[in-house]
Amino acid sequence: MSGYSDPGFDTLSLHAGSAPDPATGARAVPIHLTTSFVFESSEHAAALFNLERAGHVYSRISNPTNAVLEQRVSALEGGIGAITTASGQAALHLAIATLMGAGSHIVASTALYGGSQNLLHYTLRRFGIETTFVKPGDIDGWRAAVRPNTRLFFGETVGNPGLDVLDIAPVSAIAHEAGVPLLVDSTLTSPWLIKPFEHGADLVYHSATKFLSGHGTVIGGIVVDSGAFDWEKSGKFPELTSPYEGFHNMVFSEESTVGAFLLRARREGLRDFGACMSPHSAWLILQGIETLSLRMERHMSNTRKVVEFLAANAFVSRVGHPMLESHPSHTLAAKLLPRGAGSVFSFDLKGSREQGKKFVESLKVFSHLANVGDCRSLVIHPASTTHFRMSDEALAAGGITQGTIRLSIGLEDADDLIDDLKRALKIAEKAGAL
Amino acid sequence: MKIDVKGHSTYSYTGGKPFDADKPTVIFIHGVLNDHSVWILQTRFLAHHGWNVLAIDLPGHCRSAGTPPASVEDAADFILALMDAAGLQQAALVGHSFGSLIALETAARAPKRVSHLILVGCAYPMKVSPVLLENSVTKPMMAIDLVNTFSHSTLAPPPSTLGPGTWLYGGSRALMKRVLASNTKDNVFHIGFKACNDYRNGEAAMALVTAPTLFLLGRQDQMTPLKGAQALIDKATHAKVVQLEVGHQLMTEDPDGVLFAIRDFLTS
Repeated sequence: MSGYSDPGFDTLSLHAGSAPDPATGARAVPIHLTTSFVFESSEHAAALFNLERAGHVYSRISNPTNAVLEQRVSALEGGIGAITTASGQAALHLAIATLMGAGSHIVASTALYGGSQNLLHYTLRRFGIETTFVKPGDIDGWRAAVRPNTRLFFGETVGNPGLDVLDIAPVSAIAHEAGVPLLVDSTLTSPWLIKPFEHGADLVYHSATKFLSGHGTVIGGIVVDSGAFDWEKSGKFPELTSPYEGFHNMVFSEESTVGAFLLRARREGLRDFGACMSPHSAWLILQGIETLSLRMERHMSNTRKVVEFLAANAFVSRVGHPMLESHPSHTLAAKLLPRGAGSVFSFDLKGSREQGKKFVESLKVFSHLANVGDCRSLVIHPASTTHFRMSDEALAAGGITQGTIRLSIGLEDADDLIDDLKRALKIAEKAGAL
Repeated sequence: MKIDVKGHSTYSYTGGKPFDADKPTVIFIHGVLNDHSVWILQTRFLAHHGWNVLAIDLPGHCRSAGTPPASVEDAADFILALMDAAGLQQAALVGHSFGSLIALETAARAPKRVSHLILVGCAYPMKVSPVLLENSVTKPMMAIDLVNTFSHSTLAPPPSTLGPGTWLYGGSRALMKRVLASNTKDNVFHIGFKACNDYRNGEAAMALVTAPTLFLLGRQDQMTPLKGAQALIDKATHAKVVQLEVGHQLMTEDPDGVLFAIRDFLTS
């Protein structure tokens, strides 16, 4: 490549990390379905194991197909490198486990995906890592939650379930004052809507299952390092700045001034925890990324039309999307997410739990399932599925009503989506009158 | 390891092995806005295969204290002082870009103390455009982006400094920003570029070098294009030229190619 600036988003989406295969001439990225890679010699083997030479040994640690995906997402996010993982949750766990152990503390947003909330609130607590939850917009709360043993700030670009937008710059500034990095889950926005590193985040991860893949075919995750956080200056991360007995007494921050996190995460995290991604999964996600910008544009244009329709419907009491002035994050979203705040959002029916069920069952184009970020439009009714054990009071405390519906807007014709919603709304409304 | 050079602590990466002055020593000198970590793969290999390596952070860069050298000549004096402080009578010198000029000038000043001279991504004269020189002061982040783009030749590099999954455009940019930020007193970006631009002794220095000299050049290099090294190649007494199909960041775009060229030259 030659030119006066880095290639653009669409070019990187297609070319970052991949060139025609020198062995076969294959233009598409080959799927390297192999567990292991033959050494050229005993010396070559030793050099690979000792990080004297770079290359592939065993597909739990690295694989050529996965490496293309890692380079591509790094390029799109503006990072220095990445590690693919078995799922988004595995990416989150890898980031946390690389940075801390028992006795550490995390400050996290309250507006998190339920799986992440479970990991922090219940599971990690069992392993001696505590979390203080702070409302994402409570800037003073982030600062007040810092403890001497805090090792990480964590939030989502747009949080679950209310699409609260994380004001990354002030939160990262507080994290950096405390000498710790900010990790951001960018799953719902993808790098097409926002690049968190440009606003001060240090680490980003995705559930690649969602928009990066985009076709509802694969489970995968990826964690990307900005290379901006100075682990040595912080002094709080001996995992990265002191000799590691578990790997040749390597001091990762000496080996790489900017890439210590990734060195340890791959050499320890993938080696020991083993939550790696299949090369086949990596290939499917790469296919999705090739059209990411085209898909995201359509996701957003469809979302705008659906939100406008719902906001004008008399049987809808609330639409929770930041594009609406009524949303608490409207102004912040306009600033940080000018292309849109994502295509996953919730709205409330003026109805009972039964009417919510009736609405979902009456939809024909929307698929009733537990996922988001598919090219197909999806729907779920929390009160009768993910939160069905909760009382009405408990639902209310979580910001969920009996009539709350979550949508993930896909790529179908917007008119068909609106017709589907219109019909189901009528049926649900009539069900309340019976 | 840290070595005290003229009262200033100088950091040298030793490749994961303790410094052993009895082994043949190779000193690695980085370019503008880089540090020791650009050599990480080559140095780690050599350190585990019989060499003693010192990959330095130049004074005033990252882990090294002191004032950043304002000229190639000042930097050459520093390298000789480093060798004195480390108790090295002789060493092979490997330099990249700005570092290649420093290695050249050092070898000219003390020919008997340099066993091999390896010039990576080298050109003479190493002119820097007035606009870039100015932007290194007034718009350093924009200038970093420009240099970064010109320094790379491929969107699909092989596994590199961080292993598989390394994105070199991002890695080099992050390193340049980190090095610039490491010195809040002196602008090491401008000082380094100005030193390259002002160096006038290249051909005379090359004529004084007695060590065998390897020119390790990138065919796609836009910062120091191939033809830029020809004047020095013509002046060198014992020159070998190796060309790799990469850009200016040879060590990270083709780490094995650079390693093998260095290893083979040191052992030939």
